Amino acid sequence: MTLRAATTVAGVSLLVAALTAFGFFALPRALRTPATTALAAVPAGPAPPGRKIKARLFYVSEDGTHLVGVERDVPFAEGVEQAREIIAAQLAPVTEPLVSAMPPGTSLRAIYITDRGDAYVDLGHEVVDAHPGGTSNELLTVYTIVDALTANLPGVQAVQILVDGKEAPTLAGHVDLRQPLAKNLALVQ
Amino acid sequence: MPFLLVGVLIGDLSSQAPTPPPLTMLSKDGRRQVAVTLVNDQEFVAAADLAVIFQLSVREDALGALTLTYKGKTIVLTPDQALASVAGRLVSLPAPATRSGQRWLVPVEFISRALGPIYDAKLDLRKPSHLLVVGDLRVPRVTVRYDLVAPGGRLTIDSMPRATSTVTQDSERLTIKFDADALDVSNPPLVAPGPQSLVQAVRIVDATTLGVDLGPRFAGFRAATQPIDTTMRLTIDVMATPSDPALGPAAAPAPTTTEPPPALGPPSSAIRTIAVDPGHGGADEGVKGAGGTKEKDLTLAVARRIKATIEAGLGIRVILTRDDDRNLTLDDRTAVANNNKVDLFISLHANASLRPSTSGASIYCATFDRKGQPPSSAAEIVPTFGGGTRDIELVAWDLAQTHHLDQSTAFASILELQFHDRVPLAAQPVNRAPLGVLESANMPAVLVEMGFLTNEAQEKQLAGNDFQNALVQAVTEAVVKFRDVLPGGGR
Repeated sequence: MTLRAATTVAGVSLLVAALTAFGFFALPRALRTPATTALAAVPAGPAPPGRKIKARLFYVSEDGTHLVGVERDVPFAEGVEQAREIIAAQLAPVTEPLVSAMPPGTSLRAIYITDRGDAYVDLGHEVVDAHPGGTSNELLTVYTIVDALTANLPGVQAVQILVDGKEAPTLAGHVDLRQPLAKNLALVQ
Repeated sequence: MPFLLVGVLIGDLSSQAPTPPPLTMLSKDGRRQVAVTLVNDQEFVAAADLAVIFQLSVREDALGALTLTYKGKTIVLTPDQALASVAGRLVSLPAPATRSGQRWLVPVEFISRALGPIYDAKLDLRKPSHLLVVGDLRVPRVTVRYDLVAPGGRLTIDSMPRATSTVTQDSERLTIKFDADALDVSNPPLVAPGPQSLVQAVRIVDATTLGVDLGPRFAGFRAATQPIDTTMRLTIDVMATPSDPALGPAAAPAPTTTEPPPALGPPSSAIRTIAVDPGHGGADEGVKGAGGTKEKDLTLAVARRIKATIEAGLGIRVILTRDDDRNLTLDDRTAVANNNKVDLFISLHANASLRPSTSGASIYCATFDRKGQPPSSAAEIVPTFGGGTRDIELVAWDLAQTHHLDQSTAFASILELQFHDRVPLAAQPVNRAPLGVLESANMPAVLVEMGFLTNEAQEKQLAGNDFQNALVQAVTEAVVKFRDVLPGGGR
């Protein structure tokens, strides 16, 4: 227990330090870039002009227990902003036959990527409040985010989901979010 | 140096190479063998043999060039050149045609590269299998693998291109009949895994049939097929009778050791206490079905039934992580199991899907996605009361399960078997996932999703007595089976 407590304290301090550092440098720049303004509208309306990349986004399979990859156009951006564009596209509402494992209204607060290739995706509390529960569903929600970044950005090795800026034990009581999770294509059909 | 090289080459040419296996030719007319000669590690066939088989006329001109004609189209081979002119187009060969006494030899690749383009039927040369398939025959490449998977073993048989098959049991043998014209399979398809193995050997019975010889502990099998790209995968799970020694934590195959005598006498008392964890609770209601069933109530009701049945029937103590409507953190739940040193941990849940038709139970074991291999335990020497020291093993709280994954998987498989025909199963019933409540459990641990509350029909079923009784019975019997396969004396 002591070991774990010490590790947790050290981990949280590091995380806070990392987030603070990123906050100082990344956030003000992010606010100036046009990519952030596109966040709310991607990609429901007509695509904004400019370069696009093909990204593989993930949605719930017919059998309800897997993900399927769907290629979509996502605005091109540099560095961490590309991650932001991919997650924004992944969170955008979709229409049948696509079904998203992301609870409706889930907002993206921030994204950080460390030098080690760990991405931190900070989602709003809607992802917990509006989650329908169940291990299956929760796995699909978590790996929608994890796979969207790891499958499209070679520099991202693992992804940890934060909720409202804090480490969250789980989204719905099953999947352990206390560590970054690696890509899981076993869930993808 | 050049002289030495020439010397070596001559030495090779003159040495008598071992006779290579002949090329087996499969066609609509049956099979025949074509002799193969090895020269400098290259396989050659006689041009005269090909002439007879494929109705070619062979002519050697004054300059030493060899001309083979098939229905007015010609192939010209020039001595010392690894090339052929095929109806006016050049193709490369791995070696030039060569003369051996009175016979002309051509590399086996000549058949596919030179003759193939001008021949009426398809010529499919499969060099590694020494096979030549003529025409549109269905000759899938078949590979056989055998793995020890608790509670028995698993045969994985891939056929490419896809071939369907039927599996039948005939006393001590399984027969796998493929819907094909012939099989491209190594002989034997599977090297005998060991004298005490559940699967003793896989043999070729006839052109389209494989036979699986079974060991004395064979109790039953289950076959399933699954298409993967261009391959059809046939999975045959073979089950052992209980008391299978291969199910212990050291389940590695030991082909040279002899089988220990089967365990006799009363079952070991390896399981004394079980923890059952009713998922969610309190403000955390879990999944809510359209008919109003709450996951937190369902899990508590079923957990209480499991406790009553197992305590009365098996004399094993069952601890519930909660026995009322309150929420616990995942760590609190596992702590109940760890602090009570229980021998088995079962977390009960009900599932949800965004697709209303999804249904069926599934069983989860932990996985450690990012945390890598089980850590080497840190042994530490600590002082004891009254002087002296003792070694204690330190295990990081959230990695405790890494030491029990084999047995957790074994229990999951047993549970799946017991659910079969009693509790509707999901398409993929046993899964691994990084589940918080399992990762810290310092004993075999599984999470059971009993079914989908988002499926209207299944919600009614889950809330009913019949389903709950069947599930409780299946869990109880799985505990008995697991107790029988655990090494005596506990963890």
